[in-house]
Amino acid sequence: MIQAWKNNRERINMAIDDFFKVSLGRVYNFFVNCGAACIFFYESCKMIVRRPFRMEEIVKHLEFVGNKSLVIILLTGSFTGMALAFQIYMGFQLVNAVNLVGPIVGMGITRELGPVLTGLIVAARAGGAMAAQLGTMRVSEQIDALEVMGVDPKQYLVAPRIIAAVIAMPLLCGVFDFISMLGAHVLCIDLLGLDPAIFWDKIQLWLKPGDIFQGLVKAAVFGITFAAVCTNRGFNARGGAKGVGEATNQGVVNSMVLVIILNFVMTNLIRLFYTMMGWA
Amino acid sequence: MSQEIAVRMEGVRKTFNGKDFILNGVNLEIPKGEITSIIGFSGTGKSVLLRHILGLVRPTEGNIQVLGHDLHKMSLDELIAMRTRLGVLFQNAALFDDMTVLENVVFPLKEHRPNETPEAWEKVALAKLKSVGLGEKDLSKLPAELSGGMRKRVGLARALALDPEILLYDEPTTGLDPILTEVVDDLILETHEAHPGSTSIVVSHDLFAAFRLSNYIVMLDKGGVLLAGKPEVFLQSENELVKKFLSKGFRQDKPTQSTTGHTK
Repeated sequence: MIQAWKNNRERINMAIDDFFKVSLGRVYNFFVNCGAACIFFYESCKMIVRRPFRMEEIVKHLEFVGNKSLVIILLTGSFTGMALAFQIYMGFQLVNAVNLVGPIVGMGITRELGPVLTGLIVAARAGGAMAAQLGTMRVSEQIDALEVMGVDPKQYLVAPRIIAAVIAMPLLCGVFDFISMLGAHVLCIDLLGLDPAIFWDKIQLWLKPGDIFQGLVKAAVFGITFAAVCTNRGFNARGGAKGVGEATNQGVVNSMVLVIILNFVMTNLIRLFYTMMGWA
Repeated sequence: MSQEIAVRMEGVRKTFNGKDFILNGVNLEIPKGEITSIIGFSGTGKSVLLRHILGLVRPTEGNIQVLGHDLHKMSLDELIAMRTRLGVLFQNAALFDDMTVLENVVFPLKEHRPNETPEAWEKVALAKLKSVGLGEKDLSKLPAELSGGMRKRVGLARALALDPEILLYDEPTTGLDPILTEVVDDLILETHEAHPGSTSIVVSHDLFAAFRLSNYIVMLDKGGVLLAGKPEVFLQSENELVKKFLSKGFRQDKPTQSTTGHTK
């Protein structure tokens, strides 16, 4: 009886040991990966200011991240604006405040939904492509080939993508904001019969340039985030097609999670900043 | 060895996980101006050795000197300058798949000779492509449209673009059929003969090719150098592992030494 109890206790102790080893191992790996990602990002940023400046590459990636994301941003933006306006209209109708639908939609779009949805959509589309392309280049030795040719791969492949994402994201976010408001206008004015003068007058009254600006700043930060995460995953891909698939998957998922977490953090930081500056 | 040395390795050890050493005390001198083959069974560290010579991997211990310079003690600018003196043909050619054949060969010229005109780059690229047997009709093709042999040729033309002093070949005939293998071997020989003074280092497990091409052979085993010397040293060796490798490795009967120094 006592022996059985001792055996059980040993097994429980071993299980607890294993649990802590595995958990601590994961925590350790998490911090190691975070550290490696930070070093990668730092080295890539250093390469941005190093000659030769890769204007041709930057323009090529700007076209890919910005121009080629435009259609999907127009589509998602317009329907998001309409759906949000409809839900807010339905809610505000109950308290007889339909005149405030415009500004509430405007604030929701410019401060939160515009940058977040732009970040998520472009991270999935362009970020996924970045991770897959760099991953394929890594496993097919193209990155090694660049390096042995005396071309720094971080300068040639990573830095132009980060710059392109930082420039393109606020522009895409601006387009998303505009088209969403247009969608909200079509729904509220043309379909639900709200007064256009009141709709836009209230928006002008309530919506401040700071609201739009904070969305654009967020979008730029999300651009840096997904470009850095996805290029890091692709650049360090290992193990053939499976490795490229995993790198792409991890790059996109990590970027999306980071966009959502960063959005919350930035919302609070920007709010704090505006309060400190007396702009709130 | 009294002649000049292209690559010198002293006590090179390499581990990726802190426990298992892929290279375990490699001491090696690769002569300048000759074709050297690095051979060995799979997993003996041949490709890792090559990556050390290229400066892609830093040794855990030991020194590596390439053309008299320690790659791992150089600044980034010095390393970039040194790498223009090296050319590599990767196993799968590693062509940039979003560039055409011509763009691939022009790329290193564009990077390292920015003061020259695009016409000058193209002229050099066309000459290099011609030297490996590719004509104008292939220039606008993308790598995906090329056969394995053609990819190797383009890869070789790109490696030759900056007239490197050392040309490295990583398993150049792996995955090719016997006829194409011989064509690539011929190409390595012709390229070496067309660039007097250049050093060629071929990493391969193709023993027949090693004996046919090389003036100097290095055999690796368990992360170290098992035997290094001229081909006849291998043929006369009493080492069991060398004998086993020789008996299993030849595609045909054992080769005989040719008058040009290369075996036929």
